[in-house]
Amino acid sequence: MTALSPTIRTDDEIFDELLPEEDEQRSAARRVAGVIGHVLGQTVWRCAALVLFALLWEFGPKYLLDPSARVFLPPLHEDLQAGWRLLRNGQLETDLGASLKRAAIGFGGAIVIAVPLGVVIAWYRPVQRFLNPLLELFRNTAALALLPVFVLLLGIGELSKDTIVAYAATFPILLNTIAGVRAVDPLLVRAARSLGLSSPRLFVKVVLPSALPTIFTGIRMAGASAILVLIAAEMVGAKAGLGFLIMNAQNSFQMPDMYAGILATAVVGTVVNYGLVLLERHFSRWRGDIAAR
Amino acid sequence: MTAPAKLALHHVGKQFSMRANRTQSRGQQRARRLVALQDITLEIPAGEFLVLVGPSGSGKTTLLDLLAGLSTPSAGEILVDGAPITGPGRDRAVVFQQYALLPWRSALANIEFALEGSGLRRRERRRRAREFLDLVGLSAFADRYPHELSGGMKQRVAIARSLAYDPDILLMDEPFAALDAQTREQLQDELLRIWRTTGKTVVFITHSIDEAVYLGQRVAVLSSRPGRLKALVEIDLGDRSSAADLRSSAEFGHYRHQVWSLLHGEVLRAQAAGHLKIQPDGTEKAAS
Repeated sequence: MTALSPTIRTDDEIFDELLPEEDEQRSAARRVAGVIGHVLGQTVWRCAALVLFALLWEFGPKYLLDPSARVFLPPLHEDLQAGWRLLRNGQLETDLGASLKRAAIGFGGAIVIAVPLGVVIAWYRPVQRFLNPLLELFRNTAALALLPVFVLLLGIGELSKDTIVAYAATFPILLNTIAGVRAVDPLLVRAARSLGLSSPRLFVKVVLPSALPTIFTGIRMAGASAILVLIAAEMVGAKAGLGFLIMNAQNSFQMPDMYAGILATAVVGTVVNYGLVLLERHFSRWRGDIAAR
Repeated sequence: MTAPAKLALHHVGKQFSMRANRTQSRGQQRARRLVALQDITLEIPAGEFLVLVGPSGSGKTTLLDLLAGLSTPSAGEILVDGAPITGPGRDRAVVFQQYALLPWRSALANIEFALEGSGLRRRERRRRAREFLDLVGLSAFADRYPHELSGGMKQRVAIARSLAYDPDILLMDEPFAALDAQTREQLQDELLRIWRTTGKTVVFITHSIDEAVYLGQRVAVLSSRPGRLKALVEIDLGDRSSAADLRSSAEFGHYRHQVWSLLHGEVLRAQAAGHLKIQPDGTEKAAS
């Protein structure tokens, strides 16, 4: 601007010449303020959708819904109050505990089964050719379709729920383990062999570390499907758990309780996913492309 | 040759039964036999720096795999100190063109990797790894991951790794081919320095005639497929320690031309035959 109109000078510019040091301080302060403003703006923008959604939930029922339908969608503060009450009287803790226990057992079981199985399948081609059609069939069968079978075979208790969670979580882990082990750089295997590494050591030192990031991607994906199946299974038949809480509240017409249960499910899902993302990132940090992000 | 050979090849040949490419139809899938190397006889005395040059598809890498013990010859025998090679061993180390560093390990831990299973204690492994990282001038980069290092640095780490367990023979498969010209010259000089101080026997594969003449005491020229030993050129460039620009001297030009003449016809023949590179898994890929 100044270059284009050198004759017109603002007060600022005149001050600039008179007090150059003060100007440096001022521009530094302005830069800091600019950065803070930018960060604040970004944060507000990121939260905007969530806030709008909350506002819609709070005021939408009152102003947009038919009075007869209002009872099915209570405003947000009533749902949060119900959640607080459930937290205070311990019911939420009981249900959350039951759900988390099932998720942990099923999820843990899936990891213990799927990782070694995936490694074997990836490492021995004949095994893969033999098992692949069966695996394709299983993984394309919706896990919940098998719930009645699990209930009939394993009873209505915990075992059938743990099992169906494990079943649903197994396939993402299994498929990613296979992909990860297959994608090991053959050059690294050659180099390790040239160092005289035996097959078991080659496996522990080269193949497994190389496949670990992909395996963790599978574990993260499995987390989401485990929670999905768990809630559904608890809705069908359980005496405790978040799915039970939601279903039971609906049946007894406690709408705020139902929404409190749904919100709890959302929080659990988000927290679990976030934790698994952090874990995945930790094991992938040696990958330049991911670490740079 | 009067001195007992460190590494001896007697009538070594290697055939591949080609695995069919996936794109080929069923009729083409019948196994083809492909002769990669034929009747190679060569004796390499201890402490020699031997360079192998040859056109693409002349079986250079195949030969290196045989020397490393990663595959076995279909004919003839390869002896190290008079005993036939039975597999990979700690008397030989391989340096690959693409570095082959473990990306999840730091530079230091990559060198330690070569020492694991050698019976050394952890602390001793670390000490040796530091010593060799120092040898290649990368002490300051001990904790960096490979993706944080330049190509030249990665290859230095790979060289340090191969030297760390003190092999007698260093097998190098076009180790500097992926580097820029300046880094390459720098590493060539460093390699010569290391070779002189450690007295290792080096078998160095390259497709660069300049590199061959600059580094080698002898240059073995391979013919186009099937790879045979076409000629052995003794290189005597006199005192290398002088600061003079060796590459522009008259003798250098003379040797360069000699190797070029030997290689030139083979390169043309290889191109005419449309040679494909054999991958380690037995499939073919167009030679680069």
